[in-house]
Amino acid sequence: MATEVGPTSVKAPASGGAPIHHAPKGVGEDNRIATQGRWAAWLLAPTILALSVVIVYPIITAIVMSFQKDAGLDPATGLFVEGGPAGFSNYYNWIFQQCPAPSGGTVDCPPGTLGAQFWSATGTTFFFTIVTVALETVLGFWMAVIMARAFKGRSLVRAAVLVPWAIPTAVTAKLWLFIFAFEGIGNKLFNTTVLWTGSEWPARWAVIIADVWKTTPFMALLILAGLQMIPAEVYEAAKVDGASAWQRFRMITLPLVKPALMVAILFRTLDALRMFDLPYILTGGANNTTTLSILVINQIRQGFNAAAALSTITFIIIFLVAFIFVRFLGANVVEQQTGAGKGKK
Amino acid sequence: MTAATSAATELRAEQDRGRKAAQNREKWAQSRTYISAAVILFWCLAPAYWMVVTAFRDVGYTYDTSILPTHVTLDNFKTAFDTSFGNHFGQALLNSLFIGTVVTLVSLVIGVFAAYALARLNFKFKYLVLGFILGASMFPGVALITPLFQLFTNIGWMGTYQALIIPNISFVLPLTVYTMTSFFREMPWELEESARVDGCTQGQAFRKVIMPLAAPAIFTTAILAFISSWNEFLIASQLSSDATQPVTVAIASFAGAQPNQIPYTAIMAAGTIVTIPLVILVLVFQRKIVAGLTAGAVK
Repeated sequence: MATEVGPTSVKAPASGGAPIHHAPKGVGEDNRIATQGRWAAWLLAPTILALSVVIVYPIITAIVMSFQKDAGLDPATGLFVEGGPAGFSNYYNWIFQQCPAPSGGTVDCPPGTLGAQFWSATGTTFFFTIVTVALETVLGFWMAVIMARAFKGRSLVRAAVLVPWAIPTAVTAKLWLFIFAFEGIGNKLFNTTVLWTGSEWPARWAVIIADVWKTTPFMALLILAGLQMIPAEVYEAAKVDGASAWQRFRMITLPLVKPALMVAILFRTLDALRMFDLPYILTGGANNTTTLSILVINQIRQGFNAAAALSTITFIIIFLVAFIFVRFLGANVVEQQTGAGKGKK
Repeated sequence: MTAATSAATELRAEQDRGRKAAQNREKWAQSRTYISAAVILFWCLAPAYWMVVTAFRDVGYTYDTSILPTHVTLDNFKTAFDTSFGNHFGQALLNSLFIGTVVTLVSLVIGVFAAYALARLNFKFKYLVLGFILGASMFPGVALITPLFQLFTNIGWMGTYQALIIPNISFVLPLTVYTMTSFFREMPWELEESARVDGCTQGQAFRKVIMPLAAPAIFTTAILAFISSWNEFLIASQLSSDATQPVTVAIASFAGAQPNQIPYTAIMAAGTIVTIPLVILVLVFQRKIVAGLTAGAVK
């Protein structure tokens, strides 16, 4: 991978990406890594710096904010209350759905207020995530298997799956809002009279269908890329050995495509957990389609610090899910990324 | 006739039957593939087609259900750009173009160095850096929005372009770094060495050999970066003003003449305008785009 040390490369000036050394071999190896390390540090510095400014700084600020009281009018006295250290009260209030009481202390948040929606929003978020990712995995796998076959018009299909992916989510949401309108094509096609965005389950299914339509292609393409890494000879050998189609799928396709599949599922899961655009535009979060992200956005204008606590909780939830995936389900994103499998190609 | 010949005939018939059955199976498998392909085509294209057909349909026939274009008109496109109901679609198009271009350029310029280091150099903490960048790309936007909302309010940046560009970089930059890293890893870097052996200077080797090879990778990454910036909604919906809002926000809040009647045909026209350039771009560079999309996952 790195430049070979040899007489042919003596001309390479030190400004190259892979500097040259003439030290004895053992020392040279260490030296080279050290020099490359210095280079890497310089090259990575702008990215690390930029990400620190746009991500790390806001995160730390959010965590600091989440331990502060929101300044505002006291509901009981009507007087302005100064903010101040809040300890864990913002977190406590969300998790136990408590709101400040007129008499001091806290009471259960009345139904309909943002404070009373934490668990329903968490439930909705996980429900959307599990259902959409499951549907996308199954559909995506099926699409990938079809696209991996040789048939006339295959390139047409491969191009077509990119269309839903290329349409911005905001447009997708409006498009499906139109399809699911009371007089829209959805009801006409299935001869139903469902008020799709008007009650809980139709609204949820509207969001799920639109999300599956938009993101299955991504899943299918990732799985297809995994399928194409499997050499055809493996299937030939299995066929000769008399393995049935189902056996070939279960014993060859599934295990060999698993690394790519796990990464695809991980990406999609983390994406679904932060779902915002689609339900926000399609249903406005009404009828129990409020996700955690929507709840944070609704909270921002009612109090930054409480919103910061909720966004930190959302972040922790997503982090934990990612951790579980990487640690226990073997979705090794970094290893895939660093090309540990380079020799395989 | 002898028993031997009849046995031979029977054997041949048997073989024929076997071949026919195999052919039938093959045919059946083929037709199943075609049926599946047709279903995929319909599922992916029908809703998009419906958007385009509706965009060209007279507003009085919004809910017309005929498959083919009927009551064709261009009025909806005029309505989409009409500002008399408080919509700013034309301005929003320019805003999205501007924000997307700046975000893409900044991310590419910063990210290309990092990608080179990650793909070509050996150093300690490489996995840590990669993990950090991948983690950054998976970051929930809402975790950024609260502190940024307060910060930008305090320093008077609400509704400015920089308030939209800076958060966008936070998720476009990781994307560009890891896409380019995978592309760079696949490049034949030995050629750089050969060019130097043949008497090129480092600069010439870079300009004449590496640049032409890296250009398609960088271009593809630029398209992916631009698309993801173009699609951004969450941050923009909170931090933009009427003057700086991008198209996603403009379409989401598109208002009609009557407050309780959604102007679907005009929205579909706006959606078509926003989508068509992207779809063309994606279809033209299909192979590269797919390679870029899947780069992080399988290579």
